Amino acid sequence: MSETLTRSGAAADTRRTGPFATTSGRRRYAVVLGVLVVLALLATYGILGYGNKADFMSRQWVTIAGLRIETVVVILVVAFCQSFATVSFQTATQNRILTPSIMGFESMYVAIQTAAVFFLGISGVTLLDGPARFFLQSGIMVLMAVLLYSWLLSGRFGNLHIMLLVGVVIGGGLGSLSTFMQRLLEPNEFDVLSARLLGSISNASTENLPYVIPVCLVTGVAIWLRSRRMNLMALGRDATNNLGLNHRRELMTTLLLVSIMMAMTTSLVGPMTFLGFLVATLAYSLTDTYDHRLVLPVAFLAGYTVLALAYFVLRNVFYAGGAVTIIVELVGGIVFLTVLLRKGRL
Amino acid sequence: MISLENVFKRYSDDVAVGPVTLDIPRGGVTALVGPNGAGKSTVLTMIGRLQDPDAGTIRVGGHDVARTPSKTIAKVLSILRQENHFVTRLTVRQLVGFGRYPHSRGRLTAEDERHISQAVEFLNLGELQDRFLDQLSGGQRQRAYVAMVLAQDTDYVLLDEPLNNLDMQHSVQMMKQLRRAADELGRTIVIVLHDINYAAHYADRIVAMNDGRLSEVGPPEEIVRGEVLSRIFNTPVEVVDGPQGRPVCVYF
Repeated sequence: MSETLTRSGAAADTRRTGPFATTSGRRRYAVVLGVLVVLALLATYGILGYGNKADFMSRQWVTIAGLRIETVVVILVVAFCQSFATVSFQTATQNRILTPSIMGFESMYVAIQTAAVFFLGISGVTLLDGPARFFLQSGIMVLMAVLLYSWLLSGRFGNLHIMLLVGVVIGGGLGSLSTFMQRLLEPNEFDVLSARLLGSISNASTENLPYVIPVCLVTGVAIWLRSRRMNLMALGRDATNNLGLNHRRELMTTLLLVSIMMAMTTSLVGPMTFLGFLVATLAYSLTDTYDHRLVLPVAFLAGYTVLALAYFVLRNVFYAGGAVTIIVELVGGIVFLTVLLRKGRL
Repeated sequence: MISLENVFKRYSDDVAVGPVTLDIPRGGVTALVGPNGAGKSTVLTMIGRLQDPDAGTIRVGGHDVARTPSKTIAKVLSILRQENHFVTRLTVRQLVGFGRYPHSRGRLTAEDERHISQAVEFLNLGELQDRFLDQLSGGQRQRAYVAMVLAQDTDYVLLDEPLNNLDMQHSVQMMKQLRRAADELGRTIVIVLHDINYAAHYADRIVAMNDGRLSEVGPPEEIVRGEVLSRIFNTPVEVVDGPQGRPVCVYF
């Protein structure tokens, strides 16, 4: 740069470019993070220790808590997957409304499960069990999701409205296809299928946890390491390409990671349409920064806190632990509508 | 130097751009002009490798745009599209900071901060640098986008109608700043312009396109003539002598 420029810029050397616009933004972030951590710990303690008459951390206490720890792990995994997947998906698609769930990622999982029972029958499905079935099913879902959504997001449908419409129709279509196949199933087959499909927080398919956790960790780290790229991706296709990042490749990679995360959470507790949306919206309104390295942890903590608190209250106050997903969906759905109506546009 | 060789892009059976063969020398301001749908933006985005041509080669500063890794190209040329809408809420300085991505991969160094400050100052955004983009007027926002591509510190800067939606004052300011960027910073600026008068006044070279093909290339003195412009724009244009001895086109 020329001399004149260097001189005019010299006085401004103290200025820094950071993820927060103001120092109060930074302080607010620290407070939000602190409050969420405290709430999360409280909720965890509540789930593990509520009605636990033994002394805290005594052997009896730990034994009782150990019986409940599985729920905490499930909530952790679900919150982790939903938050990371939704934030990444929204960045990749450059919007704050659509989420993988709304676009029908989970309906696809249900459809694949149903199709397996429908076409192979009980004998065929039970032939393949354990890790092989889990990885096969997740693999098929990831493959289908990447194919379908990379086609959908390829830029052919530049318009968000059309994408939403196509996504919702695909989701609905896969849903009705599943229902149709379920109608035709024999009662026995239907029984096997519903045992697999109807997961919930208190009745999760925990036999999959040993595979789900490592897969989630690896995928989560991959998403985390891509934070800086995602910061850029949020600026859109042209800006990303201009700054030397191949947008198409980044989009495909993100979609792959998102589908893996969604396959993991759906295999545990089944579809949760609005949790991801709730969590991402909360995270963005709480942090007000573009930096994914700051948004992702808040989204995860918010997700964990919401799920854990909902579970604690429903289980211990209303004795309806099975209804957690229903309540979270209700709240999430209301937030979704409110945001949509207040913004007045997509 | 930017050189295009038989660059061709087909949109449909009867809509195509090219083949275009063109050399744009280093330095100065080059204006791409022409009627709507002439292919100006297509040519610009193909040079900026945001669109792939169906045939032909484009070289910028010796790099084949299609073959060289995008990372390398990002240090040679920067391109700004017409419409920029971000979901993320960014301040001016944060936005300009993104321009440093090709150099720092998102980890800003002191050197990057210096470039950011320079670009911010260059476009007189010093007082606005901590404002959010959605708190700015259209003209200020456009300046912030241009600051971002200047902070990218590339020899070649491509701009797609940066005067769009700017009023008289901001259009003139923007053109003066771009002129300075070319003169003082030695950048090669290629700009798509709608108003021929701006091109006549600020550009060193005018590339006129019509119906997907190059129609005239040359300095303003050669292009800004009644019969030439009438042919390019399919509209009767009269060129009169304006102040400072520069021609002014009248086409109302």
